[in-house]
Amino acid sequence: MPGKTMNEFLSAALIVSGLAFFIAGGVGLLRLPDVYSRLHALTKADNLGLGLLVFGLLLSTDDAFVAVKLVLIWVLVLASSAASTYLIAQRARRRERGVWKP
Amino acid sequence: METLAWILLDTMLVTALLALGWGSLASKDLRRGVVLFIGFGLLLALVWVRLRAPDIALAEAAIGAGLTGALMLSALRDEPGTSSEAAGDASVRSTPVSASLLLTLLSAGLAIVLGAAFICALDRTDPASLAEEVFANLGVSGVSNPVTGVLLNFRAYDTLLELAVLTAAVLGILSLGPARSGYQASGPMLSGLTGWLVPVILVVSGYLLWVGAKAPGGAFQAGALLAAAGVLLRLAGHPSGGLPRELALRGLMVVGVAVFLIIGLTLMLVGRGFLDYPVAWAGSLILAIESAATLGIAATLIVAFLCGDPGQRPENHETADSGVPLAKCENNRRNTPR
Repeated sequence: MPGKTMNEFLSAALIVSGLAFFIAGGVGLLRLPDVYSRLHALTKADNLGLGLLVFGLLLSTDDAFVAVKLVLIWVLVLASSAASTYLIAQRARRRERGVWKP
Repeated sequence: METLAWILLDTMLVTALLALGWGSLASKDLRRGVVLFIGFGLLLALVWVRLRAPDIALAEAAIGAGLTGALMLSALRDEPGTSSEAAGDASVRSTPVSASLLLTLLSAGLAIVLGAAFICALDRTDPASLAEEVFANLGVSGVSNPVTGVLLNFRAYDTLLELAVLTAAVLGILSLGPARSGYQASGPMLSGLTGWLVPVILVVSGYLLWVGAKAPGGAFQAGALLAAAGVLLRLAGHPSGGLPRELALRGLMVVGVAVFLIIGLTLMLVGRGFLDYPVAWAGSLILAIESAATLGIAATLIVAFLCGDPGQRPENHETADSGVPLAKCENNRRNTPR
């Protein structure tokens, strides 16, 4: 069934490219110099990485309930990461600790 | 090939778990230790998933990682100088050699006992286990999730006593006096998130409670999630974390044990054993008990996070920047002896 294999290929490609964003986010968290650029790296993993992962998994499920749950997980992580990133950046700004001191 | 991939994943999980556990204990910076502990809890939840125990994984993620982490961070809030090396050095210095020797001996003894138990469990060949007994009788329990069947029917007595222990613990916390002063009302970002997230949490908590009858979930998981909504409210500036005052609060503290006892005693009155549900009613009775227990557990956990009675006004009320504890005077008082 060519349609089925196409679907599987697309799903795997999306998941792998999502993982690439997670790896980039992890490397950025470890290597970038200050709070703000580290946050910038992390949000890419949350938004795009998890988004691609969720869409890859969506293609491989037939259950509508599972699909809704997957999208809900992505939306929840998006909302909480946007808010917590803002809070961490605001805190860092307020304390004038722009440059990370390890 | 597939087995190899799972073995690789399991090895990575266990290695990371041990590393995080060690890092959390060995860290001189308390705040770093707590953050590592939260990571440890999340990985432990994944390990429970791998052991095919999703009920425990849910409870571990919600209570072990989430709420315990929030409790520890809020405890650190009033510790002066936690992020500096000084706090770590002081705590290391204050542990006498005899105490650490005793701890080492006790830990070694515990490790030997656990190792022996593990080897005995590996050696055991008899297939008769409690699990088979449970699955054989699941039909009369009123639910189709074996974990809920054991917790709320076959061993309901244990769960009743667990709830009683929680109630006793919350009495202890309430007797500490007024709740610690709250946080200043948060800015638009956090309060917007809270206003949007708390209703979602309420719905998901109700879903977990309902689905516990046939899939992983139940009162403890639902209660922990509900408590997370309370913690979020508290952090966003609601001083009592969404808890009611006075009489309603006292009612919430005991509702789990009370409904459990009332159902058990009523069953005795009509001539059955204590908590011996009639098969036709078992599902509804379990749902009633679990609903009450969810509220009770959530209220207990929120009171633990508040660290006191939200009904009383804290003394020395001060205002400060958002996110900064209001109880600055407490810090100063603790600082003076140094």
